[in-house]
Amino acid sequence: MDFKLSDEQRMLEETVGRLVRDGYPFDVREKARTSELGYSTEMWQQFAELGLLGVPFSEDFGGFNGGGPELMVVAEGFGRGLVLEPYLATVILSGTLIDFLGSDSQKETLISAIVGGEVRLALAAYEPEGRYDHTHVATTAEKSGDGYVINGSKAVVLHGDSADKLVVIARTAGSTNDRNGLSAFVVDASADGVSRRGYETIDGLHAAEISLNNAPAELLGEEGNAIDALEKSLALGIVALCAEASGAMEVACDHTLNYIKERQQFGVPIGKFQALQHRMVEMRMELEKARSMTILAACSLELSAPVRAKRLAAAKAIIGKSGRKVAEEAIQLHGGMGMMEETAVSHYAKRIVMIDHQLGDLGYHMQQLESLLDLDEDAA
Amino acid sequence: MDINYTPEELAFRDEVRAFLDEKLPKEIASKVKKNQHLGKEDTIRWQKILNEKGWMALHWPKEHGGTGWSPIQKHIFEEECAEYGAPTVLPFGVNMVAPVIIKFGTEEQKKTYLPSILNSDVWWCQGYSEPGAGSDLAGLKTKAVREGDHYVVNGQKTWTTLGQHADWIFCLVRTDPNAKKQEGISFLLIDMQTPGITVRPLITLDGEHEVNEVFFDDVKVPVENLVGEENKGWTCAKYLLTFERTGIAGVGQSKAALKHLKEVAGKVQQNGKPLIEDPLFRNRLADVEMELMALEMTNLRTVAAAQAGGVPGAESSFLKIMGTELRQEITDLFRRAAGPYAQPFLPETFEADYDGEMVGPDFANSVSTKYFNMRKLSIFGGSNEIQKNIIAKMILGL
Ligand SMILES: Cc1cc2nc3c(=O)[nH]c(=O)nc-3n(C[C@H](O)[C@H](O)[C@H](O)COP(=O)(O)OP(=O)(O)OC[C@H]3O[C@@H](n4cnc5c(N)ncnc54)[C@H](O)[C@@H]3O)c2cc1C
Repeated sequence: MDFKLSDEQRMLEETVGRLVRDGYPFDVREKARTSELGYSTEMWQQFAELGLLGVPFSEDFGGFNGGGPELMVVAEGFGRGLVLEPYLATVILSGTLIDFLGSDSQKETLISAIVGGEVRLALAAYEPEGRYDHTHVATTAEKSGDGYVINGSKAVVLHGDSADKLVVIARTAGSTNDRNGLSAFVVDASADGVSRRGYETIDGLHAAEISLNNAPAELLGEEGNAIDALEKSLALGIVALCAEASGAMEVACDHTLNYIKERQQFGVPIGKFQALQHRMVEMRMELEKARSMTILAACSLELSAPVRAKRLAAAKAIIGKSGRKVAEEAIQLHGGMGMMEETAVSHYAKRIVMIDHQLGDLGYHMQQLESLLDLDEDAA
Repeated sequence: MDINYTPEELAFRDEVRAFLDEKLPKEIASKVKKNQHLGKEDTIRWQKILNEKGWMALHWPKEHGGTGWSPIQKHIFEEECAEYGAPTVLPFGVNMVAPVIIKFGTEEQKKTYLPSILNSDVWWCQGYSEPGAGSDLAGLKTKAVREGDHYVVNGQKTWTTLGQHADWIFCLVRTDPNAKKQEGISFLLIDMQTPGITVRPLITLDGEHEVNEVFFDDVKVPVENLVGEENKGWTCAKYLLTFERTGIAGVGQSKAALKHLKEVAGKVQQNGKPLIEDPLFRNRLADVEMELMALEMTNLRTVAAAQAGGVPGAESSFLKIMGTELRQEITDLFRRAAGPYAQPFLPETFEADYDGEMVGPDFANSVSTKYFNMRKLSIFGGSNEIQKNIIAKMILGL
């Protein structure tokens, strides 16, 4: 066992760290957040120049061939800076699914464009009635001419408002909750038949409700067989969210620690009060748990599907639980300052809590874990 | 021992219900229930209706226009108001500054200020906290220097709730810089129109403008606006804090919120079944339900003990902690009930005249803003940590 990062991974960590430190101070982030788009296209170009948009893809497309640990390193750095750009949506959720399923020519065009920063994507998988269940797909796709047409609605599509293309999960067979019969498609977001209602999310990101009305679509891979690839991409997404949460929780803890050392009440720094010291210690304990589970998740992606599923569910559930605690305590220990939009820590708290609402919350993942409770990892 | 309401108390409850049925404007209750923005005019309209009925001042003596109700009656009233979706009465005038004026003010001050508070003609705000004086309120620095028949006030207050609408502010100011911390403080009433006062908005993490900074630059305040004696303001402040904590348990609000939560959890579907049938979610609902029962009984025991007279003492600190933690927990469950739809931030949907489509289930638009906004409950009104310090000292003798 070895918990050290490889030289390459460390370089990646340093690259992201520098970018966030230099390019992402709070006021710069606020400017991007409050812009129409909600993030900065210049920043996106910098990601491309630094090779970050290619991390999970093969060298053939100018990528880095990275797996769980590499994505962890990137997402943790992004979490520290509360990065707004659609990395999760484009690279991790949509990009890897294209990579797993697409034909050589589809990959050639799409992955290269992702890596070069020329195209932004969003994964339209979840549906209004489906909560966190990715197998709940009522949206249908039917053959039409050379391609397909899609009908249905997609819910809270992360960065769906500004994506150039959508990767849409639709049903080509079976009924709403079947695992089989799901297919993945690429849909031009500006095509006729695609309507989007974009909005900001409480944590400063953007998302959209998307309805597809005979929207023209191009199939990725084989018809009806997308589930395994989809779950691999979602697993990568979960690793990225766990890592992002860990990074954000680390900063929330740091800010809080600094604050209680500086803030004077009753003639002393409030950090002198033992009641608060213990609270700070508990926050740090939650952070350690989150970090540990992030590493566990990141290093379990290549294991058998049930073992991977069990560990990822546990990791995301811990993030939901620990994240809530850290976010709430960070605000509380800042007193009134913690409630202010101008205080950075409130933005960290919001992102940390909202991560619980993406790709399954505490309750959802505990249910997954419950169903895998008797799994014998050695035998599986 | 009998924990049932007496026939008189039940009759009183019926009277309250009949009043609310008849007089609470439907459009205002609807805003409250849908978590839409209440305007200043909504609050004032409701408060004037209460005053017409003589039900505005729950905590005042009868001679000044109070209801003269028993603590149990107040409890019933507050619970019914929450259930019906009545707006919360703004505490700053009627429940904060007024009791201080009644207790420490001159006859002249009572005549000047009390009627307009009762009739909600004047909007008050609370000028206690300062950037350097939050939990350590006695560390306040805003100073008032006597010059002839005026005080000249300089300094800054902060977190001033709804100060943007206020006509008057009651302030703690330092009048003797040389005395020990608590001993050089005075209680001043200041007209917000006085030259030298600037109000600046502070935006909270849910994007709302609810609190403000208030700056005082050579503000001239007539000496007759001093309440109580000079340098004895701390006595007023402490007296006021006990009123700030009455009704702090928020039992009525939690009950109404839990009821609403159960309704929405019965509608939201998960795996083809209502969320309320999900064992994990149901378990947490049951947890809130039993905590709420415990809170209600504790609250009733506390108010019954105070029935004999006066206001509750340090026991109200228990209620503040239990009550606020429970209200916060309920907001956590609401966001969980909304699932992925906890994410959209659509402030335009909080306006009553919004006629566009909602995103996700109707209740979902406010779950996250409410969850984050309600973090304030454990911070203001004496933070929950400070309440624990009070209990440790006053009740446990530590
Ligand atoms: C939404 C909102 C509305 C408000 N409205 C008003 C208003 O209308 N008028 C007004 O005057 N004020 C108002 N306040 C201010 C409020 O009363 C203060 O925020 C509160 O007293 C805490 O002070 P602080 O924010 O300076 O935090 P601090 O006192 O700096 O406290 C920071 C943290 O340290 C803890 N702490 C402090 N001292 C101790 C101790 N001795 N032991 C253990 N822990 C300790 C606190 O509990 C808190 O967690 C409002 C605040 C908020 C958030």
